Amino acid sequence: MRLEYFEMIDSVVRLDRAAGRIEARALVPDASPVFEGHFPGHPLVPGVLLTETMAQASGYLVLAHLDFAQMPFLMAVDKARFRSFVGPGAALDITASLEHDGSGYAVTRAAIRHEGKALCDAELRFRTMPFPAGLDAPMRERARKIGLIDGTAE
Amino acid sequence: MSNETATFDRVADIIAETADIPRDKITPESHAIDDLGIDSLAFLDIAFAVDKAFGIKLPLERWTQEVNEGKVPAEEYFVLKNLCARIDGLVAEKAAKA
Repeated sequence: MRLEYFEMIDSVVRLDRAAGRIEARALVPDASPVFEGHFPGHPLVPGVLLTETMAQASGYLVLAHLDFAQMPFLMAVDKARFRSFVGPGAALDITASLEHDGSGYAVTRAAIRHEGKALCDAELRFRTMPFPAGLDAPMRERARKIGLIDGTAE
Repeated sequence: MSNETATFDRVADIIAETADIPRDKITPESHAIDDLGIDSLAFLDIAFAVDKAFGIKLPLERWTQEVNEGKVPAEEYFVLKNLCARIDGLVAEKAAKA
């Protein structure tokens, strides 16, 4: 994870296109300016960044599902629950499943676990739109970097 | 209760709950945008609830394109009685395929 750059997903462990499910991993860095404020002397990954991590795993799932024909943008976070604390150095297991493939939108359910323990979960909704100019190539590059494209038998 | 009325009641309940609009303000003649003030984000919330409730997929992208290109007036999709007729059509189409 590079928290300051909003690169939350390190690698895709498994993508099951037929089932509409993705499993990904992320390692919380040992140090980050984020921890200086959240909280001083008691570093915890902010819930908003855990939400972003679930959104990015979901986003990659939607990208793969749509074969990169459209870009998903987060538009709603429902039923978000943060069940435990997590700090520097933690290995996160992220899962997301496609709940509904709508016309112009998609809905996922995502969760993060740490050492087998439920950390957080939420229902996320995305607006799917044509790629804004110039975004397609960098998204494909990031997807390649985390193993999404390699793992999808393109 | 006719199919039409039943569909309208379900859709009106969904709109009331999803967009926080008083149920008695919602009539078959209501225009979702002009009369009820539903924005595009709220309309997608409603579409998701409708898709789930009726087991269909409202073709929002096609509808939007048709309206933007001037092929179909927005009322055809956004006035609730028309929206409900299209929902009934999609449900019937799905049943015919099953």
